Amino acid sequence: MPWFGPPAAQRPLASVPRAVLGILGLVLGLQIVFRLWQAPPQAQASDLPPAPPRATLALAAFGEPAALAKLLMLYLQAFDNQSGSGVPYRLLDYDKVIGWLADALALDPAAQYPLHAASRLYAEIPDAAKQRKMLDFIYREFLVDPDRRWPWLTHAALIAKHRLHDLPLALRYARAVATLATGPGVPAWATQMHIFILEDMNELEQVRILIGGLLASGRLTDPSEARFLQQKLETLERGAGR
Amino acid sequence: MHFVIVLVPVRLHACWRQYPASTCRSTASENFTLKHHLWAIARLTLLEARRNRLLWLAGLVVLAGFALAQFLAQVALTETQPIRITVLAALFRLAAAFMLANFVVASAQRDFADKGVELTLALPVARASFCLGKLLGFALCAAALAALFAAALWLGPGAEPARAALWGAALAAELAIVAAMGLFCALTLASSTGAFAAVVGFYLMARSVGAMQVIATSPLTDENSAMHAVINPLVDALSLLLPRLDLFARSEWLTGAAPSGGELAIVFAQAALYLVLLAAATLFDFYRREL
Repeated sequence: MPWFGPPAAQRPLASVPRAVLGILGLVLGLQIVFRLWQAPPQAQASDLPPAPPRATLALAAFGEPAALAKLLMLYLQAFDNQSGSGVPYRLLDYDKVIGWLADALALDPAAQYPLHAASRLYAEIPDAAKQRKMLDFIYREFLVDPDRRWPWLTHAALIAKHRLHDLPLALRYARAVATLATGPGVPAWATQMHIFILEDMNELEQVRILIGGLLASGRLTDPSEARFLQQKLETLERGAGR
Repeated sequence: MHFVIVLVPVRLHACWRQYPASTCRSTASENFTLKHHLWAIARLTLLEARRNRLLWLAGLVVLAGFALAQFLAQVALTETQPIRITVLAALFRLAAAFMLANFVVASAQRDFADKGVELTLALPVARASFCLGKLLGFALCAAALAALFAAALWLGPGAEPARAALWGAALAAELAIVAAMGLFCALTLASSTGAFAAVVGFYLMARSVGAMQVIATSPLTDENSAMHAVINPLVDALSLLLPRLDLFARSEWLTGAAPSGGELAIVFAQAALYLVLLAAATLFDFYRREL
């Protein structure tokens, strides 16, 4: 049965000894039964190995680090829980998970996938210690490329504020976005987050100074936004005057 | 090389003359002759491997592997020894599979191109003897390569000898499957490029089918999508026909927990089953082939 090249003549099926036919059919059946008997592979928390060394990954990428980074993320993603049959994130060793995410980012620094998974999947678990670990990882990676990675730190700030109820931590992240993410693609709401966190912390004087500075700087191009902040400033000043 | 081509029929002819047809009528004699043919063809296949300097090439891989492992160990902050062992084990496994696949395909295709098959089968040698003899020879080459690489892991980066031996035995089983697949493809496909590509494709699929099954069942995939409905059954069907080579000769056997008896039993049972399957498939095609 040559599939490549000119077809060769074939002898009739009867030329094959019956024993060969019998063994072929029998063993093919046995192979299928054997594989059915083996339980299908499933991801288990204990199976997640430590991330390989960067040098090994760089060699294994064969000059295609971005492709390998994507495959690493798909591999890591197999260790999750949403089908009910997998592994709850909180059972995972977060040092290992962070190792894999950091490797994927190192292989493909422009990728958003690792930080997306970090902030949207791995940071949203009911385990404060692991959440903090993941948020710290996002913060460290944000510092490497703030203009590209700001969305994930703003999400981290929201998790710190609403899930961990740790306003100083949320403020630290929001301030980092405001001061370091200065590129043209960063929206105003992201750079103003720290103002509202300060308001939640009842640091009204600081809020007043920040809004006043923002309005005076002329950086606000949207009139509605400027009007909103102006109203906010007036409310605060009225409150301070009382 | 020509020496080998000429030698095969000459040795087999000598063997045939030694056991004339009259003595081969009884079943015991037939079995003896079959075994004799098998060994003769297997030994000639080993001789061909030696003349192709397969072990020399493996030796070069060992030296290059040592250099690479040393380089990686130098930049590692910790776990220097496990890094050296696991990187070498992975490299040796890959190199052995590709070298053997290439050798098997080239050898089998050359037998056809140089009319060595016709010459051999002109003697009273059954097609089954020729096929199984070649397979036995290639399996012995696989065992030799696995033994060499296991010894290199023991003597080089200092893997435990018992672990290295287990790893080597499982690697021999994995390589025997690769060799059997190589022979099947070489006898079935007319082009050596196509045959080699098919073996490489089979090997990569067999090593990754377990991971593919895990990824395919990832809950983040859309279970209602048409692709999900098509791809998942396809992956499952594929997994029934392929051996899970990712369970064979795992690097962590050398540095972490030793394999359990159950794990080893699955590895060797799968290898035995798949070797018989590939041998039967090869015989089926070879018997139907018009020479």
